[in-house]
Amino acid sequence: MFDRRLAGNFDWTLLALVLLAAAIGIANLYSSTSSWNLSGLPIYMKQTYWLAIGFSIAITLTILSYRHLEHMAAITYIGCVSLLASVLIFGKTSMGATRWIDLGFFNLQPSEVMKVVIIIALAAYFSQHESNEGYRLKELIAPGLLLSVPVILTMKQPDLGTAMLLLFIGTTMALFAGIRRYALTILALLSSCAMTGGWFLLHGYQKDRIRTFLNPERDPLGTGYHIIQSKIAVGSGGLWGKGFMQGTQSQLSFLPERHTDFAFSVFAEEWGLLGCILLLSLYLAIVLRGIYIARKADSSFGMYLAIGVTAMIFWHIIVNLGMVIGLLPVVGVPLPLFSYGGTSIVTTMIGCGLLLNISMRRFIF
Amino acid sequence: MALNSPQPDDLSRKQRFEWLALAAIFFFSLLGIRLWSLQVIYSDQYQMLSQKNRTRYIPIAAPRGPIYDRDGLLLVDNRPAFTVSVLRQEVTDKEQLLTRLATYLNSDWHQLEADWNKHRYYPQYRPIPLKHDVDRTTVEKLSENSIDLSGILIEVQPMRAYPFHEAAAHLFGHIGAITEKELTQQRFSDYHAGDFIGKSGLEKHLEPYLRGIAGEKLVEVDVKGKKLRQHQVQPPLPGKSIFLTLDRSLQLQAEQAFGDQSGAAVVLDVNNGDILAMVSRPAFDPALFAHGISNEQWQTLVNNPDHPLQAKAISGQYPPGSTYKMVTALAALHEGVITPNDIIDCEGRTTVGNRSFRCWKKRGHGATNLKKALRESCDVWFYEVSLKLGIERMSAMARNLGLGRSYDLPLDNERPGLIPDKTWKRNRYNAPWYKGETVIAAIGQGYVLTTPLQLAVMTSTIANGGTLYQPHLIKRIEEFDGQILKQTSPHVLHDSDLNQQDLRYIKEGMEEVVNHPRGTGKSSALQDVVVAAKTGTAQVVRLKDDPVDGEEVDVEEIAYRHRDHALFVAYAPAEKPQIAVAIIVEHGQHGGSAAGPIAKQIFTHYFETQHAVQQPTENSGESDV
Repeated sequence: MFDRRLAGNFDWTLLALVLLAAAIGIANLYSSTSSWNLSGLPIYMKQTYWLAIGFSIAITLTILSYRHLEHMAAITYIGCVSLLASVLIFGKTSMGATRWIDLGFFNLQPSEVMKVVIIIALAAYFSQHESNEGYRLKELIAPGLLLSVPVILTMKQPDLGTAMLLLFIGTTMALFAGIRRYALTILALLSSCAMTGGWFLLHGYQKDRIRTFLNPERDPLGTGYHIIQSKIAVGSGGLWGKGFMQGTQSQLSFLPERHTDFAFSVFAEEWGLLGCILLLSLYLAIVLRGIYIARKADSSFGMYLAIGVTAMIFWHIIVNLGMVIGLLPVVGVPLPLFSYGGTSIVTTMIGCGLLLNISMRRFIF
Repeated sequence: MALNSPQPDDLSRKQRFEWLALAAIFFFSLLGIRLWSLQVIYSDQYQMLSQKNRTRYIPIAAPRGPIYDRDGLLLVDNRPAFTVSVLRQEVTDKEQLLTRLATYLNSDWHQLEADWNKHRYYPQYRPIPLKHDVDRTTVEKLSENSIDLSGILIEVQPMRAYPFHEAAAHLFGHIGAITEKELTQQRFSDYHAGDFIGKSGLEKHLEPYLRGIAGEKLVEVDVKGKKLRQHQVQPPLPGKSIFLTLDRSLQLQAEQAFGDQSGAAVVLDVNNGDILAMVSRPAFDPALFAHGISNEQWQTLVNNPDHPLQAKAISGQYPPGSTYKMVTALAALHEGVITPNDIIDCEGRTTVGNRSFRCWKKRGHGATNLKKALRESCDVWFYEVSLKLGIERMSAMARNLGLGRSYDLPLDNERPGLIPDKTWKRNRYNAPWYKGETVIAAIGQGYVLTTPLQLAVMTSTIANGGTLYQPHLIKRIEEFDGQILKQTSPHVLHDSDLNQQDLRYIKEGMEEVVNHPRGTGKSSALQDVVVAAKTGTAQVVRLKDDPVDGEEVDVEEIAYRHRDHALFVAYAPAEKPQIAVAIIVEHGQHGGSAAGPIAKQIFTHYFETQHAVQQPTENSGESDV
């Protein structure tokens, strides 16, 4: 089963890009948490370990062909949705949201796993129901349901950011699969109605975040604080940045959650626009590489899978950066390979592993 | 639906990949543009915000200027004191913190909370002072328990100190926290809530000089306001040094001479108008106000029947009683209505119309000339003279000698007193002037009101031969480095244009008051220095209650009424006067016995100290006249 040819096809470019981004991320964590006096392992070391674990999983995944996932799509989907549902019942509550299941050694966040699982499920669906002329509304009901169940469950937790990401990933995959123009128009109308209606379903703090996003000065010490401080950090970085470990916003703790969601602010403050452009280019390269891999995929399922994984990485980047620089509301989405967090790093590395897997088994001309 | 009929998806797969890539590039470009806008276009603005974020200017209170006496001896300064403040942004449980603090500080919980709320508009990073001048033991207790008192700071701040407590308290006045109303006033435009300002006395009137310039330290703080580094310090500039004309030891001596009695004393340098001592008793300790007076302490002061808050030396208006007799005598000589040797026979009373005015001595003084009239304070002599003189000419002399006006000292509530005349009475009561009123005015009763300061000025003017000097309190003002900003030189308000021969008769009479066996003030005689003086007694009855028209105006009876004030004015040495004093002892009854001994102590002290030896150097003012 394992072919030596596969090793020759290994996508070193993607791996190099991913590891480079992760390395920059760890260096950035080193800076942003240097003023902390925590006992035990420093944050950046923990992140390194997580990266190593994620990397191992990714490499291991490349051994087995991604095609097996197609057959596991249904069972993983059902399993993961059950986990999501059980989180609402047995989950661990932290900071007002129930997102984790305590596994003893590890707090599992099923919504994170769901991101990969939904990609597999949708990839399986679209590859099995291909339509050359685009999907009709009727044909979109099934994938729509597949998507909306986990989205609603995640929103229930409440985890607006992840729900939004699941939605974005699914929508991207569907758009890529092709939707007939009339269906698209109706869906667009429906979703704008849903968004208006959805406002009333939002939790108070979620509404606050959106209101504050629209006008951060409304509450500079409350919910607007994150956005204001982050913008100050990014803006004060200027063209050249303040230098590694020299960011006053982060070193003096003005920046909240600077090791997780706002890790990029620290980077932007210390490395300036030039550093940011370099990092953005790196991320863009990863995304384009993902699209390239999808294009070269040797099967329809592989193609959709690659698109899904790339969309996942892409939307994380866009939503996180958009939020950090004040283009989007604060929704708590981590920046892949950059924000501290075991689940995020492992999920991203699993995604990368899938891309590598697909890439290795691409058509060879 | 038919119109919107599904178009075949004409995008080939290849095109879709390209669209995806373009979409990705588009989104990334958006981010890039936004970053460019933040980090290049608006970068300056954010850099400023970031600077402000991490650095804070924390003011360092400037010590108020010290106040010295004429020789540079300290009167008022500052001492370091502990202030307990709270940094609100570090406090999680306000109620609990206040409860603990109330226990440690032994303060009222509600009072602490009120102080806390008073400063609610303060910037979060500025500590709110909750209790000033906390003693060392309490500070140690607070430090030991600092873990339970997160957000509590102990700062060392300069605290106004009055080492001589009540001495000259009315001159210094007091300081207090600036009120919200004051903050809105133009002259306090650069003050902040929580600043202390002069509220009365010199502290108030010299506020622009006394106030220092607060320093600043640039402190780098983290988000909790915790100090991380101190960058640079702009040291505070202390206020200016004020040198008063007061003689510290003389002031203390005069204060002490009063004992428990209430009253006032003013000591002037007759040759330049320097106020050497100014006493008002009882007094208060200005330190009570230095960090906020408690309500009970305030009530005690306000309700004291002897009015400890009143600066009696300048705002107490008393009938001058017999100390006014120099005015009447001088006016009579000046106007030529009598000669010094004219004899008036005192039979114990003078009758004007159907009213009878008694001399204090019921049996009468018999044949009395000017000198005897002054020496023995014969009322009848002055009654008779006043009838020839009339109120207008008498009052003109009073003003000529410095009565009936204020001197614009940098103090509160300086009163002008009252020298009545016909116009005044018409304006005030819409009534004509009666002769009986002239008669009692001649002995300093009735409408006549003077302050101890005015009496001292009058005595001084007589002593120096008729030069009315502006009395002043401030000798000079120096920058903290010794550079002189302002210096006061003797200022002649006017020359009284007195006949020196007339004046000599008055002075001889005043000398006999002390040095003649029958003088009313002989208890004040000194061994080595000849003192000239005049005693007086002032009735306490208010002007409007004064039964002017009534038969019952019985001067003798009034003079011995239990609550009468004792007055004494004097100067010395008689041959070449240096200082003049005016003393009032409230309810002291007899000028000679109650107020005289105080004058004696003042003179004794003055002429015993080496200070008096230096005096001739200050006499330059006299040669100008």
